[in-house]
Amino acid sequence: MQKNTAGAMIELRGVTKRFGSVVANENVDLTVRRGEILSVLGENGSGKTSLMNMLAGIYFPDAGHIFVEGREVVIRSPKDAFDLGIGMIHQHFKLVDVLTAAENIILGLPGKLVMDMKQVKADIQKLLDKYGFDLDLDAKIYEMSVSQKQTVEIVKMLYRGAHILILDEPTAVLTPQETDKLFQVLRNMRTQGHSIIIITHKLNEVLSLSDRVAVLRKGRYIGTVDTRDATEMSLTEMMVGEKVVLDIERPDPVNPRLKLKVQDVTVVNKEGREVLSHACFEAYTGEILGIAGIAGSGQKELLESIAGLQHLVSGSIEYTNRKGHIKELTKMSAQKIREIGIRLAFVPEDRLGMGLVASMGMTDNMMLRSYRKGRGFFSRRKEPHDLAERIMHELGVVTPSIDAPVGRMSGGNVQKVLVGREIASSPQVLMVAYPVRGLDINSSYTIYGLLNEQKKQGSCVICVGEDLDVLLALCDRILVLADGHISGVVDARTATKEQIGLMMTSHEQKEVHA
Amino acid sequence: MNVIIVFLQKAITQGIPLLFGASGEILTEKSGNLNLGVPGMMYMGGVGGLIGAFLYENNAANPVPFVGMMIALACALLCAGLGALVYSVLTITLRANQNVTGLALTTFGMGFGNFFGGSLSKLAGGVGQLSTQVTASAFRAKLPVLSEIPVVGELLFSYGWLTYFALLMTFILSWFMFRTRIGLNLRSIGESAATADAAGINVTRYKYLSTIVGGMMAGLGGLYFVMEYTGGTWVNNGFGDRGWLAVALVIFARWRPLNAIWGSFLFGGLYILYLYLPLSRDMQEVFKALPYLVTIVVLVITSLRKKREDQPPAALGLPYFRESRG
Repeated sequence: MQKNTAGAMIELRGVTKRFGSVVANENVDLTVRRGEILSVLGENGSGKTSLMNMLAGIYFPDAGHIFVEGREVVIRSPKDAFDLGIGMIHQHFKLVDVLTAAENIILGLPGKLVMDMKQVKADIQKLLDKYGFDLDLDAKIYEMSVSQKQTVEIVKMLYRGAHILILDEPTAVLTPQETDKLFQVLRNMRTQGHSIIIITHKLNEVLSLSDRVAVLRKGRYIGTVDTRDATEMSLTEMMVGEKVVLDIERPDPVNPRLKLKVQDVTVVNKEGREVLSHACFEAYTGEILGIAGIAGSGQKELLESIAGLQHLVSGSIEYTNRKGHIKELTKMSAQKIREIGIRLAFVPEDRLGMGLVASMGMTDNMMLRSYRKGRGFFSRRKEPHDLAERIMHELGVVTPSIDAPVGRMSGGNVQKVLVGREIASSPQVLMVAYPVRGLDINSSYTIYGLLNEQKKQGSCVICVGEDLDVLLALCDRILVLADGHISGVVDARTATKEQIGLMMTSHEQKEVHA
Repeated sequence: MNVIIVFLQKAITQGIPLLFGASGEILTEKSGNLNLGVPGMMYMGGVGGLIGAFLYENNAANPVPFVGMMIALACALLCAGLGALVYSVLTITLRANQNVTGLALTTFGMGFGNFFGGSLSKLAGGVGQLSTQVTASAFRAKLPVLSEIPVVGELLFSYGWLTYFALLMTFILSWFMFRTRIGLNLRSIGESAATADAAGINVTRYKYLSTIVGGMMAGLGGLYFVMEYTGGTWVNNGFGDRGWLAVALVIFARWRPLNAIWGSFLFGGLYILYLYLPLSRDMQEVFKALPYLVTIVVLVITSLRKKREDQPPAALGLPYFRESRG
């Protein structure tokens, strides 16, 4: 058994976690002190959440040691984590909708058979007062706003005796006022001696809230700095790292013509929050326009607006066809937009949720796009079958048979089927989101090649990506989104990662840095 | 006046098996298991009790009503519970489709009931000869004195003990579900098994127990029908579609046991209403469909109102794998 650093609440030493051949965390060391707020900072896919999941008992590390209050521990389940006083608040809340806040908080806890809700509520109220929470314990979860649900989750952890709280992107869903309130509560907890770990990629929050910042990049631990010694610039540098030279082909755009003109487009979500604010930009033929931004900054809404899948609060989208006629997309149905050659290959986190049907084979999935072409009552299987075969051979899809359910393929192969199908229709505008997520290097390069192919044929390609190195190497221009605002469009041939990284985190600063 | 009292009496009598079935199914569905085997388990409970009573009465020199009753009760619970156990193993452990498994259990249970019920009739010497009167007398015993009070006694005290047990059981179920910690845990499983699991609740154990106990409760409905309603004999398919009515009653009651009580009387009344109205033969058939029509109306209304508390448990019918969580 190894000794740990004195005074540390939690210490991780040499923690490694792999998923198949993908390394999520490699040899990470991290220390959390008693009564501090530690930010864990990193880009998407840098391994922040998987690292914290190992503390919460969701994942089990492949190698390394975890110490809690000086003692080496093994955390095999969420229950083990509870017993050690570690509580994690995930991005997706685990609450029962039709139960009240109080009922959710005491769920699963031992106690007298007959619930004395009065007593329970009084106990919880004491906690609420102690830390300054504002919560109606009799309200049902389904009546609550996202921020109230988050409060219930936090109180649930505290009620179970957690003194180490891990919050995964807690402000992603909050308004600025709610964020301030949350931070006040977190500061109160720190004063009471709790240790708090907050996973985030918002630099301003890191600077205003935390005592120290630990930075991860691509699964590796880069270092921990005291917040008072850090600036946005220094943290960005730690986060994005040195520029990596990628050998991706980038032909110069030939004869670019205006294809799409997006003006003042605003979209609100179900809760009425603006997720895309007054977006204005242009896209040209023969170029790849990259879209960079932290996940959930409005990328999905932007693409869906163009595809006719979003209700626009304001704004217009103009499309210029080959003959130079201008058409207003906002007045068209999604079906009509598809017909004029605008294709959206959106690869969401749940790959099979949108775009492909998991239980059907490749041929049938091809038919989802062409079933209207059949003559009369019967559908025609020959063309989709040929297309499926072509995609299988050209992209090297590994599958036992062309009719095997796509749900049984690996993620990379599923992606190839989806992107291959969308490209096969030779679109005028091809929009892809996260086209290489989860793919190995070779498959990624195949996809880059396909996108370049479309570009050379004079299509307008829009590509949402998360790896800045790839976007800088592949795209001609990069549009940067920050919290639903376009913070600028840069030339990918001259821009730097730091510049984009800063633009991603705060849209107010575009005048300074863009 | 007299006709109305008789009608109300009969409505309650018809309602009690439905109440047993619906209460059992509410308990089951609150754990997220949609067991459409209710009609089958009711048949199994009924015939199980009958077999026990028949063997006892035929083998004992001097059968005692109380002993026969306890044997019939135990056999009914055992048979229906076994049906529910098969369903549980298939759907909870092996994660088979709940609808298909439930329907299979119904088909099986009805066949099981008719096969053994018919065989018992044969053993007893032919159709109509089967009788377990001694045991049935214990089930049909009314409260002395009280049941003789005119009107009030006839309406409230002229039933066997299973009627009062059904009511008591339903009250206890309601208290259990909404007032105790175990009930809270159970409801959370039906809503979101992953949440319950994360809160440290043993999802599998809760699902097994509530499904099996729920099946036993439904089985008592069959026993009631065989012993109190028909007086300890068997008619093939005599139980009819009451099992499906019990399932409909769960929806009608919006998964609340107390609603199931008055709902069962209403359904019972609607079920026999055609006998008390001057109807032509074809109109009678229309009136027999009334309970189902009422259920559809309730479904339409609750869907329109969209009140969350009136909806089925959110995870109803879904198997739970811990591994599938993010």
